[in-house]
Amino acid sequence: MKLQEYTESKHNFEECMKCTVCTAYCPVLQVNPRYPGPKQAGPDGERLRLKDPFFFHYALKYCMNCKRCEVACPSDVKVADLIQAARIKYDRSKPKLRDRILASTDFMGSLARPFAPVVNGVTGLGVTKTLLDATLKIDRNRTFPKYSGRSFERWLSRREKEQAAFPEQVSYFHGCYVNYNFPQLGKDLVKVLNALGVGVRLLDKEKCCGIAMITNGMTEQATRHAQHNVAVIGKAVAEGRKVVTTSSSCTLTIREEYPNLLGVDNAAVRDSLMIATRFVFEKLERGATLRFRPDFHKKVAYHTPCHMEKLGWGVFSEKILRMIPGVEFTLLDSNCCGIAGTYGFKKENYAASQAIGAPLFDQIRTINPDVVACDCETCKWQIEMSTGYAVANPISILAEALE
Amino acid sequence: MKFHTVIIGGGLAGLVSGISLQKAGKSTAIISNGQNALHFFSGSFETLEEVPQRMVDLLEEAGIRTHYQPGVRLMPLGTFRPAALSLEDISLFPTPRFGKKVLIVTFRGYHDFFSSFLAEGLEKQGMTCRIHPLDLPQLEWLEQSPSEMRSVQIARTMDRIWEVVVQEVRILLKDEDTVVLPQVFGLQDTSVPGRIRQGIPAQVVFAGTLPPSVPGIRTQMLLKRRYELLGGTYLMGDEATTAHVHDGVVHSIVTKNLDSHFLEADHFILASGGFFSKGLKSNPFRIHEPVFGLDVEQAPDRNDWYHPEFMSDQPYLSYGVKTDAGLHPLQAGAPMKNLYAVGSILGGTRPEMGSAAGLAIRSALTAVDQILNQPNA
Repeated sequence: MKLQEYTESKHNFEECMKCTVCTAYCPVLQVNPRYPGPKQAGPDGERLRLKDPFFFHYALKYCMNCKRCEVACPSDVKVADLIQAARIKYDRSKPKLRDRILASTDFMGSLARPFAPVVNGVTGLGVTKTLLDATLKIDRNRTFPKYSGRSFERWLSRREKEQAAFPEQVSYFHGCYVNYNFPQLGKDLVKVLNALGVGVRLLDKEKCCGIAMITNGMTEQATRHAQHNVAVIGKAVAEGRKVVTTSSSCTLTIREEYPNLLGVDNAAVRDSLMIATRFVFEKLERGATLRFRPDFHKKVAYHTPCHMEKLGWGVFSEKILRMIPGVEFTLLDSNCCGIAGTYGFKKENYAASQAIGAPLFDQIRTINPDVVACDCETCKWQIEMSTGYAVANPISILAEALE
Repeated sequence: MKFHTVIIGGGLAGLVSGISLQKAGKSTAIISNGQNALHFFSGSFETLEEVPQRMVDLLEEAGIRTHYQPGVRLMPLGTFRPAALSLEDISLFPTPRFGKKVLIVTFRGYHDFFSSFLAEGLEKQGMTCRIHPLDLPQLEWLEQSPSEMRSVQIARTMDRIWEVVVQEVRILLKDEDTVVLPQVFGLQDTSVPGRIRQGIPAQVVFAGTLPPSVPGIRTQMLLKRRYELLGGTYLMGDEATTAHVHDGVVHSIVTKNLDSHFLEADHFILASGGFFSKGLKSNPFRIHEPVFGLDVEQAPDRNDWYHPEFMSDQPYLSYGVKTDAGLHPLQAGAPMKNLYAVGSILGGTRPEMGSAAGLAIRSALTAVDQILNQPNA
């Protein structure tokens, strides 16, 4: 019986029965009354927009695209997709210079990397922050991620032969953060996978996944990146390799946003792309073993990033952390940290961003862990800046615990 | 991934099953396809005539305080319904006439609380009523977006400013013996309803609002937190799509998010709810259960599923999966050996009578007992 297929509406919006459950879980609605809320901005508004694009409202920009409305929806309505798709379709305003800068993570990374010490010094200065606040409206309270002098790609390409010697190979979509800001996470992944007998390869020149371009109105660039990435990932998959990731947001973008928002078909690669903790979990389940340090002890609190919650894969990171001998594990309540990528960097969103994250920050302070674990780099910046607690990717914690 | 028991459905029935099994030291996972019927919970578990003590304990351990007192409770439109075991903030009365003079307090701009219907209903019982909408500056920010002035939004503010409401009500009170307030208190801070009762020198009755239900969301959050604290795996926003079954024995479940990664277990509990939760689905020809293809009780002719008069008894509302006496659902007439159906998917309930919560608890505990009493458990 395929009746439903013939009546399916775009992003399933006809399935909305107006139960209002999504409004109870929207982090923005709790702090920003200018935002009309997921039900109004999503399925309700869509009805009006279909009638006349006049009903598109600028306030849709306050949506963080955290997808918590979709996770909560009992009727499988793609609420956040509806909102982002409406912004792509109807918003005629050009992205500001600031938004272009914030969204072009790989372009900025390749510019800044050669001058990393200077750039890091300058962006850390109070006077720079004041200037950026006044000119570009990037909030002065934000701490910028530091750039690394040597890129991860360069580090790994020097180890090509050594990695090729392992009996099994995977390709790694490292993303901009690992490449330009924090190569150590990539090195940790290589350590973990090597310990499992798996060698790590680069893709044939990946580009930024484009998530920040999508939310900042740079749809064309995002689509070009999507087409490129699907092609290079497809090449690795065709050669029989899985593609692993360490960022939940890159993963969600490639798996879900490419087909649902950008119309880029990823069917050939979708099931071969997975977050590293899932890959490791499945390896261990099939009998692989890891040797752990006997003296490792850490109190770890795991924060499920919004996009990990949407992927439904937080369980793999949780199980991996729980399995490490010497880890005292706490699962934090699933709450948004408030940063949502570039969202919290914008001056107009700073206060809302911090208010959204407050319950999470309070819970972290109460638990007082040695380290907060999470699979998202922007959550890491936000939690470190707002609580002072160190944040690490589960893969880095696993790498540290290995013999 | 392997568990002792995999539960499909994260509402009251699924959470009660999961918590009970985790307490018995069994590893479980709950697959929850979005949020659940607890978001429309009245706060009363009506059908429980005698309360199993372990159910009260289970709720208490999760931080949910209840009281048991067979009687009636006030409905959102001013009618009354029999009730027994209820959340502490739901008032239970021996008879519908619970006071003489009643002050009904609401908030300016709040459309999800039916104060005039309430007054009409109470006046029918011989009470006199006065309605007063409070004008609180602390709620003004919500009025900027009138469609979003909902129970949960107000409740978030009330967790912080409930004392202001107490002060305002104390000033308003003349000779009334009872104050009726909307159920917008104690979303995060569960002590708030009790403190409001202490602070107001009259009987305080909290009456239901339009959804989402604040006591319901609080119950959901506390049960889920308890379940996760006991080590349970709650897969939020995932959907069980198919199952691997051989000779009436379920081996694993396939989900939308975990695709090729199956959830294996020795036992399975189906707590996927009724039509609203998509535990049951319908098309023009039949009503079916989507995960296992179980036998569903139904009239063969679609015209007999419903009654043309909207407000009369609707037969489809009582449809559910067929089971044997041990709650094993039937597939092509034969019972599934390690699968149990619990909660609203069983059918036979009357949602308009509010009996679903009682059924959820009873059937969940029955299934858990059977799983734990097996020799290989």
